[in-house]
Parts: sequence; C-alpha cells; structure tokens
Amino acid sequence: MTTESTNIKTFVESFDPARSGLPGAGLGWLKALREDGIERFEALGLPTPKLEAWKYTRLKPLEDTRYQPVTDEDGMAALDTVPSLLPDPGGRPRLVFVNGWMRPNFWIDGDLPDGVHLEGLRDVLETRPDWIRERLGTLAGEDASSLVQLNTAMMDTGFVLRVEDGVRVETPIEVIFVGGLTARPVAYSPRNLIVLGKGAEATVVKYHVGLGAGAYLANSVSDIEVGPGALLRHYKVQAEAKEATHIHTIRARVARDATYESFSLSIGGRLSRNEVSVRLEGEGAHCALNGAYLMRGSEHCDNTTVIDHLVPHTTCREVFKGVLDDESRAVFVGRIVVHKDAQKTDGYQLCKTLLLSTGAEIDAKPELEIYADDVKCSHGAATGQLDETALFYLRSRGVPEALARNLLVQSFIGEALEEISDEVVRQAITDQVVHWLPAACYLAEEWRAE
Amino acid sequence: MLEIKNLHVSVDGKAILKGIDLSVQPGEIHAIMGPNGSGKSTLSHVIAGRDGYEITGGRIIYQGEDMTGMAPEIRAAKGIFLAFQYPVEIPGVANTTFLKEALNAICRYHGKDELDAMQFVKVMREKTKELGIPEDMLKRAVNVGFSGGEKKRNEILQMAILNPTLAILDETDSGLDIDAMKIVAEGVNKLRAPERSILLITHYQRLLDYIIPDKVHVLAHGRIQRSGDKKLALELEEKGYAEFGEAAA
Repeated sequence: MTTESTNIKTFVESFDPARSGLPGAGLGWLKALREDGIERFEALGLPTPKLEAWKYTRLKPLEDTRYQPVTDEDGMAALDTVPSLLPDPGGRPRLVFVNGWMRPNFWIDGDLPDGVHLEGLRDVLETRPDWIRERLGTLAGEDASSLVQLNTAMMDTGFVLRVEDGVRVETPIEVIFVGGLTARPVAYSPRNLIVLGKGAEATVVKYHVGLGAGAYLANSVSDIEVGPGALLRHYKVQAEAKEATHIHTIRARVARDATYESFSLSIGGRLSRNEVSVRLEGEGAHCALNGAYLMRGSEHCDNTTVIDHLVPHTTCREVFKGVLDDESRAVFVGRIVVHKDAQKTDGYQLCKTLLLSTGAEIDAKPELEIYADDVKCSHGAATGQLDETALFYLRSRGVPEALARNLLVQSFIGEALEEISDEVVRQAITDQVVHWLPAACYLAEEWRAE
Repeated sequence: MLEIKNLHVSVDGKAILKGIDLSVQPGEIHAIMGPNGSGKSTLSHVIAGRDGYEITGGRIIYQGEDMTGMAPEIRAAKGIFLAFQYPVEIPGVANTTFLKEALNAICRYHGKDELDAMQFVKVMREKTKELGIPEDMLKRAVNVGFSGGEKKRNEILQMAILNPTLAILDETDSGLDIDAMKIVAEGVNKLRAPERSILLITHYQRLLDYIIPDKVHVLAHGRIQRSGDKKLALELEEKGYAEFGEAAA
C-alpha cells in the first residue's frame, strides 16, 4: 500500500467518528451530502501531478502527514490578542475562528446595516437550513475536485454572509482564521458562503494567520453569489504558519452587471493553493482576480484561476505579481474561457514574477480558450530579476543596499496592490508586504504600519 | 578634491580604462569629452562605485580617502553624486519617498538626526523653487512617465537636495533639445559653489556653451589624450575626434 492511499484512508477513517459533532448533524440532506462527499473523495483520491490542474503542485504534506480533525478543545486554545489584519477595528465587524472553531467571545458585531446577516455556518444550519440547503446542494457539484469533496464531507466551520437586495455595507468585514495552535497535526475545513442580493455591496477580508509552529491543513471552500448589479470585494491574506498547508477553493457566480473583485496575498505556509473559479453568468458582469505572492525558504504557492465568460459583454482583469526567494516555488495558471456565445468579451491577464534567487522557480501558464469570434483578450507573463541598474541608482543616492532592494520589491509588487480598490484594505495588505520584507531598517513612512 | 591616479578598469576581462590620471580641485568644473566607447561612462560609474567593474590598477582618491572598493551608498554619503545618462524609472515609489530615504540615510551616516516631515518639506520647497521645478514632480513616482527633459531636471533636483561635494554629470545633455538643455545647464550653474566640484561627461561641445568648464579633457582609447581649457572644446567642435583615431559620431 502506498503512502498516498494510506493517507486517503486516514482522512476517510476520520470521517465516521467526527460526523456526529459536525455542524448540522441532525439534517438528513446534509448527512447524505457529506456521505456523498467522502465517497467521491475516496474514489478520486488526492490530486496528483498526473492531473493537468495539479501538474506543478504536489500535495506532499497531505501524503505524509496524518492530520486529525480538530476538537472543541483545540478550538479553545488560549489566544491573548487577536491577530487582526485591519488596524483598530473601530466599528468594523469581525469574526474569529481559532483552530477552525468559532470564538464568539472575540467577535465584533460592528455597525452592520439592517439586511446584512453575518453568522457562523453552524448557526445558519440551525436557523435557516432550507436556505443553506439550496446553496450547498447546488454548489457542491458532482464534478468538484477531490479536495472540495473532502471539504463537503468534513466542513466543520465557516461563516455565512448574506446581504439583502440593495443593502450596501461600507466598512470591510474581517474574518480571521487562526491556525497552528495545536501540538498534533490537525485538519479543519471551513465552508464559507457569501451571497449578495440585487444591487448589494460588501467588502470581505479573510485573514488566515498561523501562530505557533504546529502542522495543520486548512482546506477551505468559499462559495459566492454576486447578484445582479451587486459588488463584492473579496480579499484574502494567507499568512499561515511555517508548516501549514493551505488549500482554498473559491467558486464565484457573477450575475448581470455585477462585479466580483478579488485579491489574494500569499506570504506564508509550507504549501498553499488558491484555486479560484469565476463564472460570469450575466451580461455586463465583471471580475477582477488579482493577487501577489511572496515566498521564501522552500515554500510553495499555487494560484490557479479559471474565468468562464458565458454570455456576451463580460469583462475580466487579472493581475498577479510574485516575489520568490531562496528555493521557493510558485505556480500561476490563468485560464480564461470565452464560451461560444460570449461575444464582446474583454479580458486582460498579467503575471509577473521577480526571482531573487537562482534556486527559486515559477511555472506560469496562461491559457486562453476562445470559442467566440468577436472578443478582445490579452495576456502576458514575464519573469525577471532585480534590476541591477535600478539598484545602483538608488544606492548612488545614498540608500543602503538592503533598503534599496526592499524598495524595488515594493515597487514591483505595488503594481498588483494598486488593483485593490478598498483603501483601508490596500494599506493593510501593503503593510503585510512590508512586514514580509527582510528587516532593512528605516522604511519609508508611506510603507510603515501606523 | 578628486585625485585619480593611473586608473585601470576592466569589464568582463576587457580593458576599458588604461591609466587615467585626473586631478580636480574644489570649485572646479572639468569636462571630459570623447568619442563613443572611449570609456567616459565607465569612468563616471567607477567613481560612483557601480558593481561589475574590475579595478586592475590605480586608485581613486576623494578628499584624501581611497574610494576603491567602497559601496556606492557610502560614497554618496561622503558627497559623491552621479547624474545618470538614463535615469531609472521606479514605479510605485514617489520621488519624495526616494529623496527622503536618500537624504535620511546620508544624515544617519554622519550621525545626524533625520529630518522630520516638516523639515523635509521645507528643503523640498526651497530647492524646487530655486530650480524652478514644479512641486508636483515630487509626488510622482520616480521618473515614471517623465519626459527626457523632466528626467534630467529630476537628476539636478536630486543633486540640489543631496548637496554633494563632487557631482558627476554623465551625458546629461544627451537626448535633450536646446531649450531643455538650457534649463538643465541653468540648474547646474545655480549649483556651482566654491566647495563643490563638477565633472561633466559629454560627447558634444554644445553643453559647454552654457556651463563653462575650468578644464577640458579628451578621453579616447581608455586614456586622457589631451587636457586644456575651454578652447580645447571649441577645437574639438571644429575638428571632431579624428585626431584621436575616431570619427565623431
């Protein structure tokens, strides 16, 4: 028996003992959904590089580590201060999960207008089981990847944001997932749902942060519906612990005249994969899928995105920038599919990577599949090193070398950060980038955290 | 101020400078002229400390101190400034940020307090006003979207703010029309001072109509072939570099 199949068994075997404690355990339809999920996971197995979608990313930690489901005891791990991404929350709503468990004592309700419902998955399964059934059932998808199936079986945590028609939330909502506070390797499976009604508007920031040194697997799925004319800004920072594996599958459906804006910053974790698929389902739908990754050591980060243009007059914009040091590795796969009827599609994709070391590696693969004849699509991928002339330019003005390098990295990443339309979040994410940089002293005030 | 003694420099094993001797006194302006490929830019980069040049012989003495092997930022802190022929664009970093980092790094080097925001703004205002440079240039990202003339003026502004004792202007006149060149020359003239020396690297004589040098040197084949006063530049204008075995470009 290979390690891999042994480990599938570990996951499958953990299902039965855990199920009675999982959210919505009393719901028959959910029971069936979970059973279906674990069966499909078992049949599919872990993704391997033999699959085209996993060609450059091997799930070594999942093959090697016997992760156990988190217990409520893990969820009660001591946490002195909440590692918040956004500065002083003020009136900002905030949800906190520790080792995959909701910690309502850290929650802040914030100034949410009427018509905005922000709750834990467990609660919504109790209060609105039919509403959630409609969504989980249809979105689960028979053709979903094995890790989504695993999430469907094991989903033990997560949040639900529902914004009613015409309701606009001005302030960003922060959801924090703290991991790494366990002695043994654990796995948790957040399942998040964001549903924006017609003309609604909201900003959600997810902060996945690792404290401590524990190995863990965070296998998240976020399902998103952006209603007609609605606007969702969906940001994420992955700053998991050193030994963490972070898998996040985001599936978004964007209706007529709606906008889905996403930004994903990856700065931690041993292995991370952000898989985003967006379906532009109504005319005038737009998505902006942006991101940045900064890796060092032997970290591996995979950004795989798929944008489906299903109807005419839809647009997308995709900007990813990465900085790789040491022996780190990154993957970018950007697939844009323009379906037969999707005339007048306008698509733009850019992926640029800066290699700071000869041992670092990027696999960038733009894939345009165009079945319509009247479309505008462009893409570019470039890989380079720090510009020696620019470095000398800065140093010749007195800027010390380490600081000059940092400024050039900031300059490089800045092009992606500019895509973040929410100012508070852009600043917070910029601060994370600065924090990632090697200590070079004396950073410019514009870059310094307040 | 600056004493270059028998300087030999190679790039990738190829000898570029083959024994340069040059002595510049405080307050003097020296022009180094020469045909393309004569080593003019190499000389300016080597004085500023760029990596990739191998000094195979000789020394660069600046204010009595041997500069050889010293990091460019340390040379900058000691008062050496190089205005680039092709100033580099740095998107996302504002001119002010860049200048503040530079100025404060130099302050720290000398053990002085960094300028606070107010003091810095004051210096900026003063210098932009003095040089007739619009203040909005400071807010823009370093050289991004700047015209050729704006880039060169930005170099002069940086020079004014960093207040060097030795300024090297590497082909500052290249790519400029006559009006832009006049503006840049005017900026340089404003920065003439008894304690500041300037090294003008140029291919053409025309810049020297506006910035009058104390001495002119002809650099060709990696050596200074002739030295003289401003009349030498006029002679070169007339005869070209043919005498030095090269056709004027």
